[in-house]
Amino acid sequence: MRNLHVRFIALALIVTAVGLVYFKVTKLGLPLFPSEEIEVWSVEARLAFEPKGGPIKVHFSLPGKPPGFIIADENFVSGKYGLAIEKEGENRFAEWAIRRAKGEQVLYYQLQLARDENEQIEEDKEKKKKKGKVEFPEIPEYSEGIATAVNALLEEVRQKSADIKTFTRELLSRINAEKPDENVKLLLSIAKNEQEKVQLIRQILAGARIPSRTIQVLLLREGVRHGELSPWLQVHNEQEWLTFNPDNSESDLPGNSVIWHVGDTAVFNVDGGKKPELEFSISRLTQEPVQLAEQRARKLGSRMMEFSLFSLPIQTQNVYKVLLMVPFGALLIVFLRNVIGLKTFGTFMPILIALAFRETDLIWGIALFTLIVGFGLALRFYLEYLQLLLVPRLAAVLIIVIILMTVVTIFSFKLGFETGLSIALFPMVIMAMTIERMSLVWEEHGPAEALKQGFGSLAVAALAFIVMNNEILKHMVFVFPEILLIILALTLLLGRYTGYRLTELWRFRETFKR
Amino acid sequence: MSMLERLLPWRVLKARGIMGMNKRNGDYIAVYNNRSLYPLVDDKLKTKRLAEDAGVAVPKLYAVVEIERQIKSLSEKLETYSDFVVKPAHGSGGEGILVITKRTSKGFRKSNGQIISEQELGRHISNILSGMYSLGGLPDTALIEQRVKFDPVFADVSYQGVPDVRTIVFRGVPVIAMLRLPSRMSDGKANLHQGAVGVGIDLKTGRTSAGVWNEQVIVHHPDTAMPIADLQIPNWEEILKLTAHCYDLVGLGYIGVDIVLDKQHGPLMLEMNARPGLSIQIANRCGLLHRLEKIESMDSIPDSIEQRVAIAQSL
Repeated sequence: MRNLHVRFIALALIVTAVGLVYFKVTKLGLPLFPSEEIEVWSVEARLAFEPKGGPIKVHFSLPGKPPGFIIADENFVSGKYGLAIEKEGENRFAEWAIRRAKGEQVLYYQLQLARDENEQIEEDKEKKKKKGKVEFPEIPEYSEGIATAVNALLEEVRQKSADIKTFTRELLSRINAEKPDENVKLLLSIAKNEQEKVQLIRQILAGARIPSRTIQVLLLREGVRHGELSPWLQVHNEQEWLTFNPDNSESDLPGNSVIWHVGDTAVFNVDGGKKPELEFSISRLTQEPVQLAEQRARKLGSRMMEFSLFSLPIQTQNVYKVLLMVPFGALLIVFLRNVIGLKTFGTFMPILIALAFRETDLIWGIALFTLIVGFGLALRFYLEYLQLLLVPRLAAVLIIVIILMTVVTIFSFKLGFETGLSIALFPMVIMAMTIERMSLVWEEHGPAEALKQGFGSLAVAALAFIVMNNEILKHMVFVFPEILLIILALTLLLGRYTGYRLTELWRFRETFKR
Repeated sequence: MSMLERLLPWRVLKARGIMGMNKRNGDYIAVYNNRSLYPLVDDKLKTKRLAEDAGVAVPKLYAVVEIERQIKSLSEKLETYSDFVVKPAHGSGGEGILVITKRTSKGFRKSNGQIISEQELGRHISNILSGMYSLGGLPDTALIEQRVKFDPVFADVSYQGVPDVRTIVFRGVPVIAMLRLPSRMSDGKANLHQGAVGVGIDLKTGRTSAGVWNEQVIVHHPDTAMPIADLQIPNWEEILKLTAHCYDLVGLGYIGVDIVLDKQHGPLMLEMNARPGLSIQIANRCGLLHRLEKIESMDSIPDSIEQRVAIAQSL
């Protein structure tokens, strides 16, 4: 009955923990294993203009959900301006406003984009769901000078294409041909810049009643200082928007580009200002995936992340990075004692020693521990001779331990061993108790037993140190603290383990003989 | 037993009914021993008073020392006794037990022949009070009681100290018993892990089988070289009844009862243990589990001590 109860609780705990981890990994994208740092693009948009003298309103388009990326972080450097962020269709924009301003005005928008493959897939799924309804444009009335050229071009392209995609590609390849024909030359002479070129292409496409739109794309390249948005073309094939580079017939966006703005409206305009200038600088960084995933999860507005350890101040986080490893040590002790059958001085003493080893490193930790316990034991034997009462004797051992620690620290500092300093972090009360117990075992069961248990404790501490310093476990339990529920479940299950201990197979060896 | 099972030692142990520490703690002590009853056996003073009230034979209590001041007036109280035993109420494993066999002009003679002064005796009691021998170092009480003069039947197979019979009593039924013989190694103490000799006892007849010493099977006492097998424990029936009675005393379902045989007073209950050790299985070269399971499968255990002893002897 009890066993069933424990198993049920353990199962519930494990299912809960696994469920939470699964949710965090798949939905929030938190990495299960500590991985290499990942690519992050830092983009800064510099918006400059001169005020006309009245109230100023700055309208600046912001990227919405760039496919293949997640917005890890964004910042607005707005000075005295009031800032509002709004959404309009597929576009998101920032609106800065100020009553009065003097001299050249500069606003900054900083954005951190992190590559995310999951996002790409989700985006694709969404795209497929939204079978867009797009209105077909009316055939525009071309001005007399170009009407014949457009019509001739459309006719040629139509004959060499099968659908909207091939039509657009054919058109673009003619427009971008090295030696364009007369019609194209005529048409191109109208377009003075890239923006107008895309505008022109869209007008031609409208002649074939193909829906199209302009998108503003930012190409991410390391070290760009005065970057600009480039206009790209999108046509709709009744299913989805297809993207084309207007300068060649390439379709699809390159991987390292971001759709900043969709549509014909201006990316950046200033009411009450003149000479607007927009510049981008781009740099590549690397960042730890955990922070990134955490930021991303927060962006998704998940309640869960509000209660994550990441929401704590860094100092507290660091404390918990250590604390959360203690259960692993405790589980190890449970296993070593109840399944293996090892004896140690004090149940959790090895864990505390292992925690102290974190500061000293394993080898130094063992050396210092042995040194102090060794000296402590020698002095404890002398105290035995004095026949002191229990509590004063314990207090005397504690004082001796602290004196020894001080002496070791001072000597190692004088000798230039920095590690000696960290001995101060050793749990001195635990050391005093260890010395006391070890000396009792020494007296009652002989030095062999005392040394056996002493080195056993040290070995367990070393093992606990290795487990508790495992980077993978550290990462997992900090990002997914619910793993502690699994540790609890395992501990509960071990609590009902009534099988033999490994050492008992040896203890009862006589009973094998019949 | 198949070849494969021979290679899996835990299968062999299980087949022999050997109980491991985890099984004992999880399935017997945790289930049958109500924690609130532990003080009745952990505190030897309480045990003794319970036993005296219920008419269970125990060594006579001469004096109790609870505070340091009482040590001074102790010699008056003990004036009439020439031999006695000092023990801590919460001691374990025979720690802190001082056996005085005789008064001499120089002081008290210990069981090993050493003479200690009254002052030294006082310091020993003071150590007991300070918690030197109690679990967790808690302040303790010292008991001074009648020294057991053990039955000469064991004289040849003991080295100092007092041999005793340890019986495990489950739900009031004695299930396994062993004779514990002190050795030079155990320093007069009767605990197996301290080097005493454990000798298995047949529950039905009270005759000893081969013994175990330091986890090795032996047939002769390591110090006296006398045979330890096939000895008849006197008053066996009475010992079994006494152990069964002890269950009624404390109500703990799984206990170890230690009984000594005094040459004048017969079997006396020395102490009880709510966490009796597992070595008794090695001494008997027989596992406990099959017997425990038999008793567990019984719906009710008879109230009568005689009937329970009968069950024990039929196990």
